[in-house]
Amino acid sequence: MAPPLLDVPLLNVADLACRRGGRPVFDRLSFALGAGELLALTGRNGSGKTTLLRALVLLVRPQAGTIVWQGSNVQDDPETWRGQLAWLGHLDGLKGDLTVRENLLGAERLRGRPAADDRLDLALVAFDLNALAHRAVRTLSAGQRRRTALARVMLTQAPVWLLDEPLNALDSAAQQAFRSVLQQHLAHGGLAIAATHADLGVPNARTLELTA
Amino acid sequence: MTGFLALLSRDLRLVWRRPGDVAVVLAFFVVATVLFPLGIGPQANILARIAAGVLWCTALFASMLSLDRLFAADYEDGSLDLLLLAPWPLELAALAKCAAHWIVTGLPLAALAPLLGVAFGLPPDALMALAATLLIGTPTLSLIGGLAASLTLGARRGGALLALLALPLCVPTLIFGAAAIETLMTGEDLLAHIAILAALALVALATTPWAMAAALRQAGE
Amino acid sequence: MADLHFLANPARFRRFSQRVLPGLTFATVLGFAVGLYLALLQSPPDYQQGETVRIMFVHVPSAWLSMAGYALLAALGASLLVWRHPLAALMARAAAPVGACFALVCLATGSLWGRPMWGAYWVWDARLTSMLLLFFLYLGHIALSRAYDDPDRGDRAAAILALVGVINLPIIKFSVDWWNTLHQPASLMRLDAPAIHPAILMPLLWMAGSFLLLFILLVLVRTETEIDRRRLEIADQNA
Repeated sequence: MAPPLLDVPLLNVADLACRRGGRPVFDRLSFALGAGELLALTGRNGSGKTTLLRALVLLVRPQAGTIVWQGSNVQDDPETWRGQLAWLGHLDGLKGDLTVRENLLGAERLRGRPAADDRLDLALVAFDLNALAHRAVRTLSAGQRRRTALARVMLTQAPVWLLDEPLNALDSAAQQAFRSVLQQHLAHGGLAIAATHADLGVPNARTLELTA
Repeated sequence: MTGFLALLSRDLRLVWRRPGDVAVVLAFFVVATVLFPLGIGPQANILARIAAGVLWCTALFASMLSLDRLFAADYEDGSLDLLLLAPWPLELAALAKCAAHWIVTGLPLAALAPLLGVAFGLPPDALMALAATLLIGTPTLSLIGGLAASLTLGARRGGALLALLALPLCVPTLIFGAAAIETLMTGEDLLAHIAILAALALVALATTPWAMAAALRQAGE
Repeated sequence: MADLHFLANPARFRRFSQRVLPGLTFATVLGFAVGLYLALLQSPPDYQQGETVRIMFVHVPSAWLSMAGYALLAALGASLLVWRHPLAALMARAAAPVGACFALVCLATGSLWGRPMWGAYWVWDARLTSMLLLFFLYLGHIALSRAYDDPDRGDRAAAILALVGVINLPIIKFSVDWWNTLHQPASLMRLDAPAIHPAILMPLLWMAGSFLLLFILLVLVRTETEIDRRRLEIADQNA
């Protein structure tokens, strides 16, 4: 595995603070991530993992602090930053009436990119979705939907992955599939920040424990 | 623009998968309109006199009816996050959603209204005017309704609240839309009314996408 | 306490309002005493409308203030959305029902005036209809700001609505005016025009001034209440 370039972190988060309903969720949070690094967010329920993820992608406006991607503050140019992101929320973000394939291609087009069939096939294979590709998502189980959502993340080829409990509802085979996809992503110089309780199988993963 | 078209076609495809949702709205339009002759009585002169107003009001209600799901479905299944995080302006996404709503409600309502107008005894030129004004007026209703839908996303009593917010803002469109048909009887200029309806649509087009985007961003917080 | 930090600004507001409230209350009472004396006893009855014209001394200031109140909501909305001014949200919450009440007073007095003048409690007069729609806009604002479990969301949604509403108000007004070609003789309401006799103008201005003071007084007191309420909610959450 390539050594992370710790001297030039791609993502620099400094003194980030968030409040909800007048109370602080977290305060003065700082970390830096280089290529190929995974940051695992841990902490109890309600400790602010989801809020932190949403603040990093600017879905939640931070009260204070800066998020710097490749040397420029992401708040100055949110659209470019969004172009670098792949997002997996605690909801899958899938349309029940569309098939797995339509969901994946549709999500790619929504990111403003033409859908490439070869990449789609790779993602379908990686999460063992080939047999389900033409089934409507509403007929799938929770784990199958999660796999579809993870395939969508893989399909984006975005350098920064933000994942909220990616292993939710996955069986052990699917968890294994996700681990190897994640490792590939990191090996290609990608970054990932994941709120998780389980081990993501990345040996040099860094962890940030949030305390409410 | 790719994103706009992608969202528009996705929403249309979703409607295509569930045509019943549109059919219910159109059925409501027909049934609600038919109630007026039943309530008022079948005198042809009275019905012809009130036809334009009745059809415009029921079209307005029908288009409100389908709006509360406009953003709510995306909000509930998490795809709203994907729209918020798409690397193109959220204003365009809001506009695409409203455009899809107009295509599946405003457009069929405008096509259906002349048929109902016949039952109210409207003359042929009034039927044409009715279709034309609905065609130009309903985009405004979709935009204002879309704004109300985005503002009430996640609120208690969403549906009724949506109507309370949207209906007063729809008044100008209703007034000029319904009045346009009367111009045919009084001999005024129909085109002037259509121009005003188009102007109202442009004002809505220029103002509501920003407000919708702001409201959707808050819903994402 | 750190958790109450965001109320620092409202706390400053509170010190300010505590200082001005006694004087403001006194001025309001005095204003109404003089205004009502001028309006009810001093000014002559109208040669056409008779004593009924006195309703106008309540009706017209209410109309002005309900319109000014909506403009205030829009200004507060802008300051909430642009600068995230926490006090603006609380003040908008406080001001919206006050503005709605003034609109309602305007409608009620208008219909009381209409009974002897038009022979009906409600006539689809352009100004009354516009006022009715303004009242609906107020209702929407009030309902929206209170429709969320998270009060911040309600505040911001209502702020957006107020801005959209203020853009649409002139359009609504214009369309209703156009719709209603049976206007009142313009001289009744055009009281700011020089045609108005000073005997009527003076009491009207006094009443308008008193209503303005009352409006400010009510908004200040209600804003304090909102601050207390928000503080209690936060205390509850942290308990």
